[in-house]
Amino acid sequence: MTAYILRRLWQMAPTMLGVILLVFFLFNWVGGDPAYILAGKMSNAEQIANIRTQLGIDQPYYVQLWIFIKQIVTFNFGNSWSTGEAVSSIIGTRLGPSLTVLIPLTIIETLIAIALALAIAFKRGSLTDRSVMIACTVGMSVSILVYIIVGQYFFAYKLGMFPVQGWGNHFAENLFKYSALPILIALAVGVAPNLRLFRTFVLDEVNQDYVRTARAKGVSESRVKWVHVLRNASIPIITHVMSNLPALLIGAFLIERFFSIPGIGREVILAVERSDFPVIKAITVYVAAATMFFNLLTDLLYQAVDPRVQLK
Amino acid sequence: MSTTITNPTVQTVSPGLWALAWRRLRADKVAMIAMAIVAAFLLTLTLSAAGIIAADWEQESGVSYAPPGFIGADTNVAAKVEVEAPPPENPLDPLADIIRELRKQPDADQAIIVNDYGIPDPLAKEMAEIRAELAKSGKAVVADRLTTLPFGADKWGHDIIKKTIKGAETSIVVGLVAAFLATLLGTMFGALAGYFGGKVDDFFNWFYSIFTSIPYLLLILSVAAVLQQKGVTTIILILAFTGWTGPFRLIRAEYMKHKAREYVWAADAIGASHWRKMFVHIFPNVSHVALVQVSILVVGFIKSEVILSFLGFGVPVGVVSWGSMLNEAQNELILGKWWQLVAATAAMAVLVTAFSLFTDALRDALDPKLK
Repeated sequence: MTAYILRRLWQMAPTMLGVILLVFFLFNWVGGDPAYILAGKMSNAEQIANIRTQLGIDQPYYVQLWIFIKQIVTFNFGNSWSTGEAVSSIIGTRLGPSLTVLIPLTIIETLIAIALALAIAFKRGSLTDRSVMIACTVGMSVSILVYIIVGQYFFAYKLGMFPVQGWGNHFAENLFKYSALPILIALAVGVAPNLRLFRTFVLDEVNQDYVRTARAKGVSESRVKWVHVLRNASIPIITHVMSNLPALLIGAFLIERFFSIPGIGREVILAVERSDFPVIKAITVYVAAATMFFNLLTDLLYQAVDPRVQLK
Repeated sequence: MSTTITNPTVQTVSPGLWALAWRRLRADKVAMIAMAIVAAFLLTLTLSAAGIIAADWEQESGVSYAPPGFIGADTNVAAKVEVEAPPPENPLDPLADIIRELRKQPDADQAIIVNDYGIPDPLAKEMAEIRAELAKSGKAVVADRLTTLPFGADKWGHDIIKKTIKGAETSIVVGLVAAFLATLLGTMFGALAGYFGGKVDDFFNWFYSIFTSIPYLLLILSVAAVLQQKGVTTIILILAFTGWTGPFRLIRAEYMKHKAREYVWAADAIGASHWRKMFVHIFPNVSHVALVQVSILVVGFIKSEVILSFLGFGVPVGVVSWGSMLNEAQNELILGKWWQLVAATAAMAVLVTAFSLFTDALRDALDPKLK
């Protein structure tokens, strides 16, 4: 087991290096000279040269790359170009609000999708099954933007059931007051694709021999559904949910932007709008690292759930 | 003893993959309806690109926020629209106090010329004079603006139907071209990796693992941040550059499977070059996978384009797309002008639903094993 984990970590090294190279290539080579962005509109040659020395971009590329790697390892990306806040503190303080929305969202979304998937997959081809599938396809074809715009307008602005936007200082206030509507809207958007996917996972199981055996020995239908099938279908479901977690951090950026939730996703949008390269670079590299780490975690969990899987 | 000899001329030709797929597709009613809808969108797109319809979408043919014809059928709305009750107060508006004060001001002289915010326009007289001057000089022929349009007008009085058609043109072209380019890139990489294997395969797999370890949207936003300039070409390149991983994985697997088949050995025996074996012999046998991939990517890319344009990282100012329409619609909704939102949403939802259903059917028809 330890040997497996060590080898997987070792295999991550070239990919991580590739991510670093890609980000470096994009921001230090394609991105052009950031000194002009930093110096602002009123700048002279001296100022620009000054900034270039400060950032180290007057150095050859291999030195710049080395600086970048050192920044990643020491978690020290310097300060944001637009607000002057330390990049590490930006990431640290924005993670909390993001997770306040994302953790309840992921749990509720997964549970609803699993329950619905089990319910309709057992009636495959019936009217219910087909109409739920059509509703999912139509629901997914409406842009997420529309759900947010209309949801915010209707429930918060028109009916006043929720605050239109904002964020407080207390966890409970944030979770129950400010996150409620964002989570509801994200659920409306997120359940449909998950349901479609989970339904195929369940369908793969319902025709297996063990289901027939269970029924033959007189196990009740609900036990077949919730114990026998769910246990087996949970393997691909866990894989899917786990490996999607880091991407969710970014995926919620629209929700965070509309509801002014000071999370990671909103920070990325702000950074792109302000050409705040250090912030985007740091978030990209760390989210990529988190993705790889979660993939490893998924494989380990996979083995815990499914004893047939042998990690070599 | 009579033996029946099959006549070679009437021997039935076994149908090929495409003929079979077409037969399966035609039997699927939902798929045919979906295909007809997609075809209708493409026809509109062609006509609009050729300048036959919606070429004059920028003409300000209606009054600002002219309502759709079916709710404001009164021909004399011009005056009415202006005295319409002011919109409810926006609690977030930092200028709320000032607006409230301005609204209170009783203004006997300037009567009822009130703009959208319910504030009398202090320059109304001057503007009327300027307009009269302009009309006299005959330079700017201000056409009679209609008070209602079939599906309403936006802030500048553009016809929403024409605007939606023009927006569809941008969004669909971006989706189609980017999907084609991404699949092309994925197919090239996948073919090289799957066919040659070994070191080449390792290299492309490394490349693939880099692109898949960065979440798709983050990668798009990073590239958008770096590329500073906005434009339809830029957004197509961003989407193609980030979207090739899906086709790559599938095409690579297909090439690995096919390179060991007899027909490739036969091609090898007659001295075909690597290039020829890869793209003349093998590619036609895996092209259906590429086609399904294009189809899947189009839907995803249209959605991505809408989000990028909405955020202002997509199409430039002056080009209309469904995303830029939704961006305007966001503020219009608070004023109670819902028609642009509904038009853009409905057009996109119909196309995406039809395209997704068609893609599902296409995949089932081309690859019956998958079912």
